[in-house]
Amino acid sequence: MKRLVWRLVFSSIFFSAALIINVEILKIIFFVVSYLFAGYDVVISAFRNILRGDVFDENFLMAVASLGAFAIGEAPEGVAVMLFYQIGELFQSYAVGQSRKSIAALMDIRPDYANVKTEDGLVVMDPEEVKPGDIIVVKPGEKVPLDGIVIDGSSMLDTSALTGESVPRDITTGSDILSGCININGLVTARVTKEFEESTVSKILDLVENAGSKKSKSEQFITKFARYYTPAVVIIAALLAVVPPLIIKEATFSQWIYRALSFLVVSCPCALVISVPLSFFGGIGGASKKGILVKGSNYLEALANTEIVVFDKTGTLTKGVFNVQEIHPEGISEQELLELTAYAENYSNHPISSSLKRAYKNEINAERISNVEEIPGHGVSAVIDSRKVAAGNVKLMEKMKIDYNKNEFSGTVVHMAVDGIYAGLIVIADEVKEDSKNAISKLKNINIKQIVMLTGDTLKAGEKAARELGLHKVYAELLPADKVEKVEELLAEKSLKGKLAFVGDGINDAPVLARADIGIAMGGLGSDAAIEAADIVIMTDEPSKIATAIKISQKTLNIASQNIIFAIGIKLVILLLSALGYATMWAAVFADVGVAIIAILNSFRALNVKDID
Amino acid sequence: MKKKFMLEGLDCANCTAKIEKEVNALKGVESASVSFMTTKMIIEGDEDKMADIIVAAEKIVNKYEPHVKFKAL
Repeated sequence: MKRLVWRLVFSSIFFSAALIINVEILKIIFFVVSYLFAGYDVVISAFRNILRGDVFDENFLMAVASLGAFAIGEAPEGVAVMLFYQIGELFQSYAVGQSRKSIAALMDIRPDYANVKTEDGLVVMDPEEVKPGDIIVVKPGEKVPLDGIVIDGSSMLDTSALTGESVPRDITTGSDILSGCININGLVTARVTKEFEESTVSKILDLVENAGSKKSKSEQFITKFARYYTPAVVIIAALLAVVPPLIIKEATFSQWIYRALSFLVVSCPCALVISVPLSFFGGIGGASKKGILVKGSNYLEALANTEIVVFDKTGTLTKGVFNVQEIHPEGISEQELLELTAYAENYSNHPISSSLKRAYKNEINAERISNVEEIPGHGVSAVIDSRKVAAGNVKLMEKMKIDYNKNEFSGTVVHMAVDGIYAGLIVIADEVKEDSKNAISKLKNINIKQIVMLTGDTLKAGEKAARELGLHKVYAELLPADKVEKVEELLAEKSLKGKLAFVGDGINDAPVLARADIGIAMGGLGSDAAIEAADIVIMTDEPSKIATAIKISQKTLNIASQNIIFAIGIKLVILLLSALGYATMWAAVFADVGVAIIAILNSFRALNVKDID
Repeated sequence: MKKKFMLEGLDCANCTAKIEKEVNALKGVESASVSFMTTKMIIEGDEDKMADIIVAAEKIVNKYEPHVKFKAL
């Protein structure tokens, strides 16, 4: 690249000199020298390619255009075409290099080394050589090299490179740590749980690097367009050089050859072919900065046309953690009801049991419990301090012929009886995430037509959450297979161009993720299943990132369309003007090089996602 | 099987498209993609033909972009 810069500097000096000098012979010599400095390699590759029969090669076209200009006595144009073409190429490769670098910087999460504890003390190793079970030490300021579990020390982890989340995460003994995060302050010793190839950082890098292989429709269009555009322009140029001078009396060959040569200058499709994938790559890179991983340009493109967003409830809009929401005692105190129920459920490993114990807060004294009997599908009975306690659902109460509170509650209800007398109920439910409401209103703001929730929960619980969040529709009491069916019904409701996105947590919903136009998995950090099954992975568990992703996709698509329209538009106008004799070869050089540069600069904007939230 | 290659110095987007098209047409190649942005080529194809595929792919790359260094990853 440096050599090319010097060549172009010399070429420009000779070119300027040639324009100033008045001695005819020196002028010609200077032009030729300038030309050779700028484009000798282009001419050489042109010869090599023509021997191979590739007449639509850009080197060949540029060589013909510039040498042709010399031949018809337009030496300044001939040199200018080559000089500016090369300057354009130089700028293009610089711009592409910059863009590659800035995206690489974004993805600069690959750890370079791991400090492994061995018998000889700490040894610095390549993360790829470290095995699961090895003990590693992560010092403050270092990247976590491999996924693992903390066995000693505590610290704060900066996960922003993976999640876009700026609040650090506290870690202590027993916490999982993920490769690619940065250890902020404490010294942490961890046991490696996964090989480097299987670790989070490798998976993410792999995913982003391979995103280019799934091409968007815009990219496919451009590649196809380029395939026909160049031959078409070259054929028209050939006809333009020969036909009019033969038909029209006053037309001269040199005049029409000049126009034909301008055509050749505009015939290179590079501006388009570079700027469209560059836009998408920028969009994907920008999204990853926000903790949104997109597996291909095609998904980013589809996302821009989202009409329906379908959410799974548990773990996506809600926390997926069950908590005691309401306590309705009868004849005993709230605390006593909670205590007895927690004791009765002590031996159950159902999530309900743990939520009761969490709400009770005190230690369970197991000596107080005897005669525990589980009644499958009903509940549990036990003797606690010589009182006979029964806790369970409606069916248990009916079986024991106990009159109970028949009001409807949203959530799972645990009824309780003491010595055969009804003592009240406890409502346990999943909590809506703080971010969910914000997520839904953001989606409404960007005109998503339908926001739907699917849930296996009761209709009551589903409707309550839907009301709270302002959803358009809710389908409740669904089995996993029903969810696919519902998504298919909704797919039929969207317009031809519109897309349906399904958002789940990646657990149990792989079939639905696959069936939707775009499958989005939430909370992908550390969940392999989610990363595998989805087209887009949201690394944090914030549903509001869906709206962010859609906004980024729309911006990216906009930029790509601008580039397509602008580049094709200018080229067609210049082609038309030069056919009519209004545009000079200088204008043609602009249509080729200038347009490419402007389109590349425009596509840089896709990478900037700072103002998108 | 899947093979990845680095095409160091790849700087012509149109050539990239041409390379991708021709490698895809090779016998035994299921799918091939060349990313201009990451300058990586990924070839998926028959395991027993892979050796031939790699030789042919390198030839195609050199034809369009003689200065590109072709490296297996």
